[in-house]
Amino acid sequence: MHAAVVVFPGSNCDRDLAVAFEAAGAKVSMVWHKDTKLPDGVDIVGVPGGFSFGDYLRCGAIAANSPICNEVKAHADRGGYAIGICNGFQVLAETGVLPGALLRNAGLKYICKTVGLNVVTSQCVYTEGYSAGDVIDIPIAHHDGNYFADDETIARLQDEDRVAFTYTDNPNGAKSDIAGILSANKRVLGMMPHPERAADPGHGGTDGQALFRALSGMLTPA
Amino acid sequence: MKARVHVMLKNGVLDPQGEAVRHALGAMGFDGVNGVRQGKVIELDLADGTTEATVNEMCEKLLSNMVIESYTVEMS
Repeated sequence: MHAAVVVFPGSNCDRDLAVAFEAAGAKVSMVWHKDTKLPDGVDIVGVPGGFSFGDYLRCGAIAANSPICNEVKAHADRGGYAIGICNGFQVLAETGVLPGALLRNAGLKYICKTVGLNVVTSQCVYTEGYSAGDVIDIPIAHHDGNYFADDETIARLQDEDRVAFTYTDNPNGAKSDIAGILSANKRVLGMMPHPERAADPGHGGTDGQALFRALSGMLTPA
Repeated sequence: MKARVHVMLKNGVLDPQGEAVRHALGAMGFDGVNGVRQGKVIELDLADGTTEATVNEMCEKLLSNMVIESYTVEMS
């Protein structure tokens, strides 16, 4: 598996994501936001957490219009795999690769803690290592993680089995407790919680490991 | 020439910041504030001849997120 991790000014989970991919056996290439091309043979693109462009205007909005994001969008459009975590989820929502948007947390506070997630579906490459109904502990660290989409979109996500994770105890006001969603072809995952921060015993939890392990060896290049 | 863009959350999208401001006003003794919605104003200093259509395009591509926000443009 060859993973590309995108780096924006203000990304701060790029290295953590690279380490998690490498631990699962991937070769990792770091890609700068001004790059106009993904490396050849990339199986999956990781859009990491952080505060790209200082969260100016809206979280992820400026990053979503950077040169590399045109490539990420094209990669997703031709059926490529991509995972956006935290700010990366905000970026993918802003590009339109994933539906909806991430609003300010309902309690207006930045929340940094480990939360329980329900694994809603195991019918995608990211959650194959879990069983539907599993509850896993994964950290969150965000100010704008309150998932919003209109009722019709939420219903479609649920009907099409595209809700990957929900919170066991909704921390941020997200509609229908949604913590992570999938694209229509289930090859793009966006999630606010940080599986890469629960991927090594030294992190204090390893519930995120199964996500990265499931990816290795299962991906076909786009 | 200048353009002033107003970006507001759409009706039906919860505005927790506006709600917090409404609570604060109530706590300060300002009665009768039934609702507060908080948006943003973006001022653009534009080359002469820039059309409103171009500003609309800027709004739709970057300045607002049409999933959650609406915008209005004032050209001057």
